[in-house]
Amino acid sequence: MPDLTTKYLGLELKNPIVASSSPLSKKVDSARRLEEAGVSAIVMYSLFEEQIIHESLELDYYLTRGTNTYAEALSYLPDIGNYSIGPEAYVENLYQIKQAVNIPVIGSLNGVSTGGWIEYAKKIEDAGADALELNIYYLPTDPDLTSSQIEQADITLVRDICARITIPVGVKLSPYYTALPNLIQRMVEAGASGFVLFNRFYQPDLDLEALEVVPHLILSESYEMRLPLRWIALLYGKVKADFALTSGVHTSEDIIKAVMAGASVTMMTSELLRNGPRRVKTLQEELQFWMEDNEYESILQMRGSMSQQSVAEPSAFERANYIKVLSSYNERSEFSHRVIPPRST
Amino acid sequence: MTRIRATIDGNEAAARIAHRLSEVIAIYPITPSTPMGELADAWSAVGNPNIWGTVPSVIEMQSEGGAAGAVHGALQTGALTTTFTASQGLLLMIPNMYKIAGELTSVVIHVAARSLAAQGLSIYGDHSDVMAVRATGFALLASCSVQEAQDLALIAHAATLEARVPFIHFFDGFRTSHEVNKIEQLDDDDLRAMIDDDLVRAHRERGLSPDRPFIRGTAQNPDVYFQARETVNPFYHHCPTIVQKTMDKFAALVGRQYHLFDYTGVPDAEYVLVAMGSGAEVIQETVKYLVERGEKVGVVTVRLFRPFSIERFVQALPATVKAIAVLDRTKEPGSAGEPLYQDVVTAIDEGMAQGLATFSTKPHMIGGRYGLSSKDFTPGMVKGVFDELKKARPKNHFTIGIVDDLSHTSLEYDPYFDITDPSTIQCVFWGLGADGTVGANKNSIKIIGEETDNYAQGHFVYDSKKSGSVTISYLRFGPEPIRAPYLINNANFVACHQFSFLERLDVLRPAVSGAVFLLNSIYGPDEVWDHLPREVQETIIAKKLRFYVIDAYEVAHQTGMGGRINTVMQTCFFAISGVLPRDQAIAKIKETIKKTYGKRGEAVVQQNYRAVDETLAHLYEVKVPDRVTSTLSRRPPVPAEAPQFVRDVLGQMIVGDGDMLPVSVLPADGTYPSGTTKWEKRNITLEIPVWEPDLCIQCGKCAFVCPHAVIRPKVYEPALLDQAPPTFKSAVGRAKEFRDARYTIQVAPEDCTGCSLCVEVCPAKDKSQVGRKAINMAAQPPLREQERANWDFFLQLPEVDRTKISLSTVRNSQLVTPLFEFSGACAGCGETPYLKLVSQLFGDRAIIANATGCSSIYGGNLPTTPWTVNKDGRGPAWSNSLFEDNAEFGLGMRMTLDKQLEYARELLPSFTGQLDADLVYALLHAEQHDDAGIKAQRDRVAILKQRLAGIDHPRARDLLSLADVLVKKSVWIIGGDGWAYDIGYGGLDHVLASGRNVNVLVLDTEVYSNTGGQASKSTPRAAIAKFAAQGKSLPKKDLGMIAMAYGYVYVARVAMGYSDIQTLQALREAEAYDGPSLVIAYSHCIAHGINMRKGLDQQRLAVQAGLWTLYRYNPVLIEQGKNPLTLDSKEPTIPVDQYAYNETRYRMLVQSNEHRAEELMQQAQRDVRSRWDHYRHMVAVLEPEDND
Repeated sequence: MPDLTTKYLGLELKNPIVASSSPLSKKVDSARRLEEAGVSAIVMYSLFEEQIIHESLELDYYLTRGTNTYAEALSYLPDIGNYSIGPEAYVENLYQIKQAVNIPVIGSLNGVSTGGWIEYAKKIEDAGADALELNIYYLPTDPDLTSSQIEQADITLVRDICARITIPVGVKLSPYYTALPNLIQRMVEAGASGFVLFNRFYQPDLDLEALEVVPHLILSESYEMRLPLRWIALLYGKVKADFALTSGVHTSEDIIKAVMAGASVTMMTSELLRNGPRRVKTLQEELQFWMEDNEYESILQMRGSMSQQSVAEPSAFERANYIKVLSSYNERSEFSHRVIPPRST
Repeated sequence: MTRIRATIDGNEAAARIAHRLSEVIAIYPITPSTPMGELADAWSAVGNPNIWGTVPSVIEMQSEGGAAGAVHGALQTGALTTTFTASQGLLLMIPNMYKIAGELTSVVIHVAARSLAAQGLSIYGDHSDVMAVRATGFALLASCSVQEAQDLALIAHAATLEARVPFIHFFDGFRTSHEVNKIEQLDDDDLRAMIDDDLVRAHRERGLSPDRPFIRGTAQNPDVYFQARETVNPFYHHCPTIVQKTMDKFAALVGRQYHLFDYTGVPDAEYVLVAMGSGAEVIQETVKYLVERGEKVGVVTVRLFRPFSIERFVQALPATVKAIAVLDRTKEPGSAGEPLYQDVVTAIDEGMAQGLATFSTKPHMIGGRYGLSSKDFTPGMVKGVFDELKKARPKNHFTIGIVDDLSHTSLEYDPYFDITDPSTIQCVFWGLGADGTVGANKNSIKIIGEETDNYAQGHFVYDSKKSGSVTISYLRFGPEPIRAPYLINNANFVACHQFSFLERLDVLRPAVSGAVFLLNSIYGPDEVWDHLPREVQETIIAKKLRFYVIDAYEVAHQTGMGGRINTVMQTCFFAISGVLPRDQAIAKIKETIKKTYGKRGEAVVQQNYRAVDETLAHLYEVKVPDRVTSTLSRRPPVPAEAPQFVRDVLGQMIVGDGDMLPVSVLPADGTYPSGTTKWEKRNITLEIPVWEPDLCIQCGKCAFVCPHAVIRPKVYEPALLDQAPPTFKSAVGRAKEFRDARYTIQVAPEDCTGCSLCVEVCPAKDKSQVGRKAINMAAQPPLREQERANWDFFLQLPEVDRTKISLSTVRNSQLVTPLFEFSGACAGCGETPYLKLVSQLFGDRAIIANATGCSSIYGGNLPTTPWTVNKDGRGPAWSNSLFEDNAEFGLGMRMTLDKQLEYARELLPSFTGQLDADLVYALLHAEQHDDAGIKAQRDRVAILKQRLAGIDHPRARDLLSLADVLVKKSVWIIGGDGWAYDIGYGGLDHVLASGRNVNVLVLDTEVYSNTGGQASKSTPRAAIAKFAAQGKSLPKKDLGMIAMAYGYVYVARVAMGYSDIQTLQALREAEAYDGPSLVIAYSHCIAHGINMRKGLDQQRLAVQAGLWTLYRYNPVLIEQGKNPLTLDSKEPTIPVDQYAYNETRYRMLVQSNEHRAEELMQQAQRDVRSRWDHYRHMVAVLEPEDND
């Protein structure tokens, strides 16, 4: 029987299937079900800086609006007084989940500013998180903001957080950095232990009927893992960090590919939301069968076996890859329409 | 023992005692007692126990009558029970009060005493309500202040247990109930010491129990009823002694000594006033002042009015008394005198006869009225009464505080008479409701009261509008206790938080010489002077004011506070007033911010901190020039062309000078002219909609949804544009029938509230820039003058002939002039668009019965009212009776119309010889199904009237007086869900069952909006509301389905945000149906905690989520062999939470109790499914057999 164990952010994990941040990691019950189904670790849902500020200001606005204006209605809503806004409820929830499961629990922090926000990382650590995933979710829209300013701010954030806490920190990044390997290397220097590639943005859509921009939330598909797959393959072995592949992991084949590219773990959301935690068991069995059939002994053996530095044709991960895709257009037309050529070519 | 000193209001002071001494509390909202119920509910919701360690059970009832019944039942089974009420609410309790007293049941009802609705409703304070229950057998115990509201609450609870006489404990509505003052708070040990547990158990043992059964509440006959009624006499006889004993026990425990009748003054006083409530405190303070100046005066403060102890009253009077003036805060028209006066006269008479009095010569006695409906009662008025009393022939049955030039009852007084302790600092703050001024001042008072050694008092006054309202905060503080329950006319500090007030209000009137004036101004210290109106400059110079400015909006904007300048202005106040050292004051402000907002999240706290930190750098003292330079003048409240009554009477009210109006100028029977809001140009928004003719598709939706009727379309002859102002916009008519006409959408720039609903609903977008619509918001100030001229021109344009178009389309419906305009409703109100539509469709022949609530307030609150008239002088005739009886009120109107029509029709044939037979026939057989038919009938009636005028016969004169009824009239019964689902439901059910032709429109906001968002039976599951702070656990009552069960009631559920055309269709069908109709309209509301400009979106989502399935049940279709029930919306397409979590009322539950929120939301989702299935099933069941 092959050895499925893996190591991510210094954590010994029983297999490479990690439940990514999702509604399933919000509750003790569903966290337990994830553990029972076989996931090796749980990433908590994200504590969003922006959302906390928004919720706080919004609640205050609506509790205050219209008050002390008309003698008969000096307020319109009962001020209950105790609200779970801010990190306290999150931290409490993390603590409860940590108490309820035996697998590692990774806290998730989604913020872009330093200062008071750093303290939330400390609170997450104090609540018992085994590691912290720092989700840098930021859309730079200011034309005066340079890429170096953005990168520097992100690195400062990583450094500040790593200095404040002792648990390992994984950084979840978007693919939209100019020089990703350099950024990652500098983040490693700043204290990051691993990287989760990539953050999946929900892209708004245009409603042609109403002529409005509308939010559009869709679950991922397997093809979406190509991007992180490529980058993990490129980065594996070049920087001293673990990698987690997220976005588009749905099948055991996806898991195998991710590990071969160099990922220590894969993170799943859409597949678990679509099919429920029980899906993990099947994936694990399939992974096991495949490894047995193909005579792989362990995940460790498999990890990075198809990274750029391990494959026969390293350039296949670079520019040549695009040419190959074009040449295979007719054969694989079902996916080809989704491949968007890089602008530089 | 050291007790906590708390700075709280009278309601909280009383409710805290009541909650801790009760097991069962039945509540119902009514101003100004509502906060007592809310607090009790909130305390129980968070598990605060009573002094015995168990949490009181609180239940909201459907009415005060219901609350009284529940109280009675709880008492009869032995629970310590209480309730809170006021005004009409107390009247609804009267039947039970007789029972409760007759059965010698211990209970305390806490009353924030309030006026009764007579010639008009008033929410403000006087003793009309408590005086109306003086015959019930309840003891009446009066508190004069916030401190007493607490102390006497306890004394009442303790005394009732021993006396077995039930108690009303009352204090003055608003003046005491809402006054914030620093008091010594009683602790639980005090309460335990005062309450005898043996008496509690005795009370319990008197309760009904099948283990020791008896019957109580028998029917009695002439043989014994009388005697049985007399059995209670010993209890009433002993009650005063028990109360005094309890007061003495309280004094020994706490140190504050009260008496049934407390005398204040010199022992050898010759002139004595008698009063109760907060007015007595004013008299006490004035007496002390006068006594120090050698006057022989005194005052008897009545605390226990019932049972009235003659002995103790006469003994309270000094032996030297020569003359007594009794002051009643109520009016009893036609009586020999007001109640307290009559009791005093009787008491003196009997007391002397029985030898109880210490005086041998009967004092001269007069009585008078003061302070009705919170009319300010000042030391000057007290002195005026004393001055009158000293006269040889003082005026009896006088009034004080008004000018009665009709019956000449009023006394003269010096309004500037001042007894303020020089060490007391007095401050007046003028604010806008939305700017947070009152909230900031409440915090300031708490800081001063609780963080310094000063005593402090805060009182707050609001105007009658729900949007753009002016607030005035009165703050006093100083080293001596503040016993001054009246407004401030001599302020050391005046702050004006809105620059625009200077244009229309005399904000500096209360400033004393040398006072500080703080102004929120966009103009800095060097430029502000030239922007002040002349009158303001004159006052600043004449009174030698120290003048400061701050651009609070700039600071608020910079620190992310938006339009809320509360923190900024509060910081300025502390910085200038010097009540605390500046650094200490800022630290305390920040502490308060943390305390007030901390639970809402750190972001809010930090934002406010930033505002505090930024403020002082923007605060400047202005070097006041020594001469007046301004050419600007304060503008008149209404234009010169307004009718005289509007100018002379309503205009005075608008500028806050209503107190000066003499009796003679006011209507004697409460009748006021229609359509007066148009004269009050409030200019309350900084942004108004601007029309883009090139993009407009002329659909009329903007006008349809406008809550304030400020955006209107017209079609007219092109030639009329010749006289148009240069910026007047116009487009070619797009509709087929208007191709040759011009079309304009015009905005009333000074009446708009800036809600933006019109922009939100506008479907026309610029193809090159989709963010630009056919209606967009733009800054109002630069547009004000030009659009005012355009609006005036627009009003001159003729209205489309409604007999020539069909009003069945949204577009056409809006071409008819609305007869409901510019109300004081909230910006973006979800109710008023429905009312406006009713006014357009049927207003020229509508009579409206309006239940008390939001719609009666924005519909009928003085000074100006929105129901108006068309060019022919016709329009809705509107009246409000009460909250509970509105359906019956409307039915009565229908009965009249039907009877008068019947009589007119009976009379008509008797004039066959004198009137043209064809005319008579046509009048009797007129088709009036549409506007053309109605117009034709009106023309006939006009001819009839002409003919009848020439016939000299009593029956002709009768018919002439009834002729108008021959034109079809439309009766509309309008109210909110609090009325329709709860307090008025019994009546509504009966009226619907009556089969009469009335149209009921329920403006369903799913809460009691007018009293601040209490839960009704319409409140949906999972939503938080007051009295349902844990989220409503049961589903919304399906009023429509209940009504539909009759089979002959037209029922529709509408939501114009989902389908405007369905709304229009339903209202037209309802009105056309010759029987009872019920239209339930989704009305988004500020109490939902939504962005009001998204109100229509929420309506749409509510329908899509299946929470508000649209339908019409039309009994007419049964006769046509069709299915009467039509579902007008589709099967739910979105989950409930997609709608609900856009609203704070639902989201709050997630934030406070996520688990419960989830559970209730799942149940709400199941409700949707089962209700949809039920509707579908109903449709199937109602399908005529032939259609199967």
